[in-house]
Amino acid sequence: MNPDLPILVLLGAVSIASALGLLLSRNAIYAALFLVLNFGVGAVIYLLLNAPFIAVVQVSVYAGAIMVLFVFVIMLLGAERLSPGENPPGTSFQRPLAIALSGLLMGLAIYVLFARQPPAVAAPPPDSSPLAVGLSLFGPYVFPFEVVSVLLLVAMVGAVVLTRNR
Amino acid sequence: MGLKDVLTRIPVGFATVFKTVLRKPVTIQYPEQQKPMSARFRGRHQLKRYEDGLERCIGCALCAAACPADAIYVEAGENTNEERYSPGERYAKTYEINMLRCIFCGYCEDACPTNAIVLEPIEFPTGYTRESMIYTKEMLLESPPINVPATPQRTPPGKYDRAILPFPPIDESQ
Amino acid sequence: MPVLLEATLKSAVLLFVLLTGFAYLTLMERKVLARLQARIGPNRAGPMGLLQPLADGLKLIFKESVTPAGVDKPMYFMAPVLVVVPALILFAVIPIGQGPTFQLASDINVGALYVVGVMGVAVYGITLAGWASNNKYAALGGLRASAQVISYELGMGLSIVAVVLMASSASLADIVEAQMPGNILGWFIFRQPVAAAIFAITAMAELARAPFDLVEAEQELTAGFMTEYSGMKFALFFMGEYVKMIAVSALFATFFLGGWSGPFVDQVPILSVVYFTIKVIACLLLMIWTRATLPRMRYDRLMSFGWKVLTPVAIANVIVTALLIVLGVPGYK
Repeated sequence: MNPDLPILVLLGAVSIASALGLLLSRNAIYAALFLVLNFGVGAVIYLLLNAPFIAVVQVSVYAGAIMVLFVFVIMLLGAERLSPGENPPGTSFQRPLAIALSGLLMGLAIYVLFARQPPAVAAPPPDSSPLAVGLSLFGPYVFPFEVVSVLLLVAMVGAVVLTRNR
Repeated sequence: MGLKDVLTRIPVGFATVFKTVLRKPVTIQYPEQQKPMSARFRGRHQLKRYEDGLERCIGCALCAAACPADAIYVEAGENTNEERYSPGERYAKTYEINMLRCIFCGYCEDACPTNAIVLEPIEFPTGYTRESMIYTKEMLLESPPINVPATPQRTPPGKYDRAILPFPPIDESQ
Repeated sequence: MPVLLEATLKSAVLLFVLLTGFAYLTLMERKVLARLQARIGPNRAGPMGLLQPLADGLKLIFKESVTPAGVDKPMYFMAPVLVVVPALILFAVIPIGQGPTFQLASDINVGALYVVGVMGVAVYGITLAGWASNNKYAALGGLRASAQVISYELGMGLSIVAVVLMASSASLADIVEAQMPGNILGWFIFRQPVAAAIFAITAMAELARAPFDLVEAEQELTAGFMTEYSGMKFALFFMGEYVKMIAVSALFATFFLGGWSGPFVDQVPILSVVYFTIKVIACLLLMIWTRATLPRMRYDRLMSFGWKVLTPVAIANVIVTALLIVLGVPGYK
């Protein structure tokens, strides 16, 4: 048996609990913090999977930068409190759609989990050092990498154009 | 601020601050060291004496009457030739100033007919309790001049009949 | 489980050293700042004021711990902890001395990234303290903290990238080794002066220390996010700030001042710890000196300085460094 299994089960439980907390919390700040916790659990799972680079990037990019911005904006707008039981007008279609889509995603995940044959021999852990990640990003995956960077650039330019004072 | 300013002016600022380290600290360690007060500073009260050691205060309580803060309490006692504290009939048996009430206005000085009470540049009243801030006569009285006996003194009859000495004092040898 | 035991023991010793260091850093700051302002500083508690931290600690422990009405209780109590923990765990990757005896996890190959990540997460405590306090000043302080840290994190990350390029490793132990060859000129502060300057500036901004202490600007925000905190909770904020000061100084020493390296470390390994401590104290003194010299920046200037000066210069520095390494310029290969 995998010695990491109890830790993985615990991490999974925390992950699910924080995801539920994110969904059910009526306070946007708490929701954001549950998401941070979820990212943190994800980082620990990456660590267990022998991928410290991804783990640290997860923490520094998502928890350290993006979620700080989220919290900043929520605080700046003072929009942390949701009025109970009321949804903003024009969003009534969103809830059933979200349930349907997440059901689809979950079904897909379960299908992949059970339908795929597990490999007979455990694959050797891939080299996940920063060097290896960098080489594969600029080697076999250079095209998607550049596409993503162009996409991010477009988004940045768009944000600047949208917020510019005339 | 341009790069030139950053490279020239900020180091000047750092150097200026560093030079201060070489300077002697200006701090005065208060209870142990005290800054000398100006000679004309009007601080705590002192009860004065004549050159012969007698107290100037005659217990008239005009200071208490003049005090806007009602900080002074005077109780007079009778002088005799055997136990003389001050010239004239009466002296201050009790003389108390409540330093918490005193506003250091100096009206007592103005009211005093014998110049007995004077605001002097001496240490300022401090204390931990209200009681300790009531200064008694012993604390306020100046010590007698060197080689002069303190009060009470035994005095020849008739010499100190007047409470307020004529000014300038009459030299009886003439 | 000897590995676990060893790690626990080392962490305990490190914690003890850090917390004592924190206590005496407060005294050192007050003393040095006093001398820089022609004052004497605390000298009443014990000989030369050496028991002052103890007196401060006792005072804070016995202070009434006020919880203001209308605070968000869970967050209000969690915020001080969230300030202290990141400051402490930064030390996991910093090599204190030569050899595995004085290192905890400094050989992991993502050490530099770990530093950036933890520095980024450290802002949550301050932001949440500001939000949970139900106080306008505190909220403004929290907002300023998050904006400031996001803006300056970029510059700091990019200056670390230059260091990582120089050492061709993100492990802090390797970064120290890369500065070892030969003389003092091997230190990255001489080979990467721009990165060193940017790291120093951004580190002070992330610490929210003068001249970047807009987060707790006493005059405008009445101590900002700390306004509603008292007693031990306040002491925790203080501890977080000062431990982070030590951590950042240790990082600067590791990245730019050759870490624990110095003469005769191979013969006497304990000397490496001494050298490291001296370098850290030098950085701390520089920080205090800066606090005594420079006035607080204006908020818009702070933002435009971070985004329009530091970040572009840091990016340019990374590009130039990469070019120098590719071209094989002596000292950069």
